[in-house]
Amino acid sequence: MSTRSPDSPPHLEAEGFARSEPAPSPAVRSRAPGATAGGALPLLAVAGLAVLVLAGVSLLIGVSHVSWDALLAPQENHRAVQVLVISRVPRTLALVLAGMSLAVAGLIMQMLARNRFVEPFTAGTAESASLGLLAVTIFAPGLPILARTAVAAGFSMAGTALFLLILRRIPLRSALVVPIVGLVLGAIFDATTTFFAYRFSLLQSLMSWTTGDFSSVLRGRYELLWGAFVLTVVAYVVADRFTVAGMGEAFTTNLGLSHPRILALGLAIVAMVTAVVVATVGMIPFIGLIVPNLVSLIVGDNARRSIPWVAVMGAGFVLVCDIAGRVVRQPYEIPVGTVAGVVGSLLFLHLLLRRDARVG
Amino acid sequence: MWASALRAEGHERRLLLLGGLATLCVIVFMTVDAGGRWDFVLPFRGRKVATVLLVGYAIAVSTVLFQTVTENRVLTPAIMGFDTLYVLLQTCLLFFLGSRTVASLDPRLLFAVEVVVMVFFSGVLHRWLFWGGRRSIHLLLLTGVVMGVLFRSLSTFLQRVIAPAEFAFLEDRFFASFNNPDPDLLLVSAVMTVGVSLLGLRLLRTCDVLSLGRDLAINLGVDHRRAVSLLLVVVAVLVSVSTALVGPVTFFGLLVANLAHGLVRSHRHSHVLPAAIFLAVVGLLGGQLVLERIFSFGANLRVIIEFLGGLMFIALLMRGALR
Repeated sequence: MSTRSPDSPPHLEAEGFARSEPAPSPAVRSRAPGATAGGALPLLAVAGLAVLVLAGVSLLIGVSHVSWDALLAPQENHRAVQVLVISRVPRTLALVLAGMSLAVAGLIMQMLARNRFVEPFTAGTAESASLGLLAVTIFAPGLPILARTAVAAGFSMAGTALFLLILRRIPLRSALVVPIVGLVLGAIFDATTTFFAYRFSLLQSLMSWTTGDFSSVLRGRYELLWGAFVLTVVAYVVADRFTVAGMGEAFTTNLGLSHPRILALGLAIVAMVTAVVVATVGMIPFIGLIVPNLVSLIVGDNARRSIPWVAVMGAGFVLVCDIAGRVVRQPYEIPVGTVAGVVGSLLFLHLLLRRDARVG
Repeated sequence: MWASALRAEGHERRLLLLGGLATLCVIVFMTVDAGGRWDFVLPFRGRKVATVLLVGYAIAVSTVLFQTVTENRVLTPAIMGFDTLYVLLQTCLLFFLGSRTVASLDPRLLFAVEVVVMVFFSGVLHRWLFWGGRRSIHLLLLTGVVMGVLFRSLSTFLQRVIAPAEFAFLEDRFFASFNNPDPDLLLVSAVMTVGVSLLGLRLLRTCDVLSLGRDLAINLGVDHRRAVSLLLVVVAVLVSVSTALVGPVTFFGLLVANLAHGLVRSHRHSHVLPAAIFLAVVGLLGGQLVLERIFSFGANLRVIIEFLGGLMFIALLMRGALR
């Protein structure tokens, strides 16, 4: 199951997931993992390969001409290599990292909220993160990026906790009420953010930092996303706990696990991932919703098995959106968040309105 | 007058009180801090008040009728994506024509185009969502919200490629503001509002029957399909009027319609509609007064309404209003 082709860039971690062994967990073992996962692994390898190809394409397109020939030409310090190292590789890495971590964050949220239509964008998490960023910009503009992100993470955690709190108090919990509440809560946070942005004349910069945009990603400006990647790995390590938590509070307690503690852990991971992504590249809506839903159609709901899939397909989704945004209006580009918003909402509508929708 | 008000039934007394409050708001708005320069103040503020009255009327009536048609207290035209469609329309116009052309176009022509597109959209939306068997109300609501996201993303898509100066032009049109109403537009809007109101007046009693539910209404001899189509045209025109005049105001209709239902405690549209209109006028004029006098234009009304309306929406959900 080698997924590494000889000429592809060696930096993709996506296939690393497929190879790693499940970490031993004190929680329940998933039902015969080897037997059922065996059939899906070659498929996963193919998907990983496709993402590698996409990443290769992403490296090669852009205003400045970079081709394999130009790169292989023996020249000291030449331009193509510089473009590649300073701009293209960081950008592609950032796309892959953001896509993977946001998709996995969406999966975790869906398990914790026990609802298929929840993700950082439909639960107010992203909006509260950008409210936090605005607060930092207004009150402490000099803070380093790490501190800004920390504040944003705090805000998004509080926002998501509020969301879960409201959910608990809503009597009739149809599956569809949950994202509605999340979107409206997001609108409330958004209104607050807009109110202050309007007063401080930050409206257009607010728009530019809430829309997922990788055009300003350069070496030295995206590295925080590796933090999101680490969190994704952590999520993989503790994946079984999320699977259990997804079965409900009583079930979790019955197995001797602390439901509130798993909830807090998942919430922290999701909030930090969202804050890191929003702070570095802005929000990319619907990835956390579309990707896990598609994956669950293929491999089911066991988190340990689906997280690698979600990560690979999340990276692929973002790469496709970014490539599309860069190709449609060359030499200008359309931010990936906007492309994802259009594509994602169309896919979401499709998920909602297809006849056999499992919307409970 | 006050004696008869006291003798009147509960809902009528409340209606009178609301009407009085709305009138009071108008009077305060027209006269506060006028500084004696009436020849300037009256026409200037008169235009604002006219806009507010028109917009309040349009939002209140369109929301109440939309809720009757959809048989649900949580749906509003704005939540179903009408307001973002308006923003998308504006952005498209600006994107393809440029701000100079848009500014030089006859506002009446623009307005007519916008209304036609909105009516068309509402027709498609309704046919697609409401007549294909009975779909769940949650599905409808979520579909509307996601379509709002879609329209907003498409608008952002276009906004990202226009220059900051053009963006500023657009920003003026998006954020509800009662400060720069165009007299021509105001006149056209008023004429259209009166026109559809006459149509709506003939349907007032039908509305009461419709709110009993589709099956019962059909049983009672209402041509359901025809009545709903006509009412949707009324709604689309009114939504276009209000958004074209002041931009999108997402949750305001929800706020007003639900307060009206709660206050009047009557299912007759002849009671609910005036109450909603008075509440809308009180909310908009009162809000504008607070903005002008306390925040000195530092904030905008749309954002505050969005905030309060969103809270109300969640409160409604928590009370189990969405069934």
